[in-house]
Amino acid sequence: MALLDIDNLHARIGGDHGKEILKGLSLTVNPGEVHAIMGPNGSGKSTLSYILAGKDDYEVTDGAVTFDGENLLDMEIDERAAKGVFLAFQYPIEVPGVATMTFLRAALNAQRKKRGEAEVSTPDFLRLVKERAGHLGINQDMLRRGVNVGFSGGEKKRAEILQMAILQPKLCILDETDSGLDIDALKVVSEGVNALRSPDRAMIVITHYQRLLNHIVPDFVHVMNKGRIVRSGGKELALELEANGYAEYQQDAA
Amino acid sequence: MNAEIRPIRTPAEQGLSGELKALSRAGGPRIAALREAAAQAFHDNGLPHRRVEEWKYTDLRTLMREALPLATPAPVAQVEAHQSLLLDTGLRRIVVANGVVVPELSDLADLEPGLSILPLAQALAGGSEALARLGALQPGRYDAALALNTALATDGVVIEIAEGAQIARPVHVAHVVSGQRPAASFARSLVVVGAGAHFTYAESFEGPAGLAYQVNSATEFVVGDEAHLDVVRLQEDSASALHLSTLLFEIGRAAKVHAFSFGIGAGVARTTLYASLEGEDSQVGFNGAFLLKGRQHADATLFLDHQVPGCESRELFKTVLDDSARGVFQGKIVVRQAAQKTDGRMMSRALVLGDDAEMDNKPELEIFADDVQCGHGATCGAIDDDLLFYLRARGIPLKDAQSLLVQAFVGEAIETVEHEGLREALVERAEAWLAARG
Repeated sequence: MALLDIDNLHARIGGDHGKEILKGLSLTVNPGEVHAIMGPNGSGKSTLSYILAGKDDYEVTDGAVTFDGENLLDMEIDERAAKGVFLAFQYPIEVPGVATMTFLRAALNAQRKKRGEAEVSTPDFLRLVKERAGHLGINQDMLRRGVNVGFSGGEKKRAEILQMAILQPKLCILDETDSGLDIDALKVVSEGVNALRSPDRAMIVITHYQRLLNHIVPDFVHVMNKGRIVRSGGKELALELEANGYAEYQQDAA
Repeated sequence: MNAEIRPIRTPAEQGLSGELKALSRAGGPRIAALREAAAQAFHDNGLPHRRVEEWKYTDLRTLMREALPLATPAPVAQVEAHQSLLLDTGLRRIVVANGVVVPELSDLADLEPGLSILPLAQALAGGSEALARLGALQPGRYDAALALNTALATDGVVIEIAEGAQIARPVHVAHVVSGQRPAASFARSLVVVGAGAHFTYAESFEGPAGLAYQVNSATEFVVGDEAHLDVVRLQEDSASALHLSTLLFEIGRAAKVHAFSFGIGAGVARTTLYASLEGEDSQVGFNGAFLLKGRQHADATLFLDHQVPGCESRELFKTVLDDSARGVFQGKIVVRQAAQKTDGRMMSRALVLGDDAEMDNKPELEIFADDVQCGHGATCGAIDDDLLFYLRARGIPLKDAQSLLVQAFVGEAIETVEHEGLREALVERAEAWLAARG
């Protein structure tokens, strides 16, 4: 069974006269697969990620999204997270006054509670965070600070991957995780992501550039334009896009 | 005679005027004269209303419908039944029930050297040097709550800290209302902190849930040169009660004063803080956090009077408003011509959770000196949707996400409380308030 099945998804920005952004998008993702979605600015990539996570600024007008056999669109935001949907934000939000440790623990235990699992004990939690944070070069000081507060762009992205590593989702959606990263940071983040690749877990990697896909090698590459997937292929498609740009697809769709 | 037109007296004003006819004579001629002057001022001015600028958002003439009979002392066993969480933090506790010190429940033994605690009634009866300071601090304007307190309070606590004494264990004055009948309690306290001394003073207010009682408390603080005073207040009166409190600070040179007001109780609460900065290079911090729900109304009003050069004042007040609660913040910083190099900053932030909640912010600066740094700000808004989405996208349910964000919001103010036990007690109170939102 597919982990994620998006069928003919249409969506617009909230309100009756909102602009339609997704115009019949279909995509099937199986466990273990890594899908890259590439495309020009404004093609609807980030909108897709927000709709999957449940942001209520958007309204689905047609189509269906099935996650692990259930209707994803019916679920509350936090319910989706507990079922295993994780969105790594393009611009992670700063949450002053809520320490990263407190936040991670609240999130993990809320998800476990929702799934009917026991809360994680304090020593187990501390051990888990320490180990995962170490791999990502996140120090104790960052963990004590407010979530993302005063973090550099690269630190914010690493913190997102740490959250992913702790929460162990089934589907990771990485929204332009490479934006704002220098080459060293890109390596650390990619290694963090690759460590989470597993036969049970799928990933959707949204990016503008082929560069990220040198580090996180996808099984499939999709080109998105004007709210639809206009071409799909293997990882070699990314190289072709890098060489030729998106112009060809933008003309096709026009 | 003044030919001023007198407004029609409300039932509450008439009732209070009745109580003011027979004033206590304890404490000698100076105190008696203070009481008489206060009673006369009330007689002349009555309860403040919305056309009185300082009470613009807390119209006491409307909000205080009736004058309640004066409270009578409560049986010790009945008072003992009240248990406040704040009482468990290892502080030296003095219980003031219905405005009267209860020695049986108060920890008056083995006072540290340099610490003296005396019930006000005893000080008035027997004379005490500190009494010369009582009522010495006048706000310079008519304040009905303070006038009524001055005229009617007969007990409270007189605390003196000797010069240079470092009193590690805070003194906690627990104001408790006890009884089944609504009554009015008045308590007056005086805290004199000697030069170079260090002292932490806590006061709390509580009473039977659902009882529509009235509490009027006033505490005067005389802070000596280079002294360090921390004040922490926890107001959790019954949601039907009327709470009026006044704090007056006279601050010497190079002193440090921090006062934190935490309020989750009372139907109508008004806290007024007056600070008179009379010595150079002192630092004052007035902070507070209020969590209000239902139809609660809480007003925090501050007056800071910078009279001398080189002082610093900081105010940060956080108000959380659920349901149709109403919060009021009024802060006035006066910088006299002599008070060059004053550094004053005032901020009031409100977080509105309820659709019908209201916040009134009124910061004021009155600056007569030309070389100062002063600023104020006020914000009022709902919880940020992007923050909520981020927390929920990690699996935290809506209510829990709101609670985390509200805790963070008030936490910024609560963090300024230096004493760890008291700080934690306040955090727990905020958590309990949030948990009760369900």
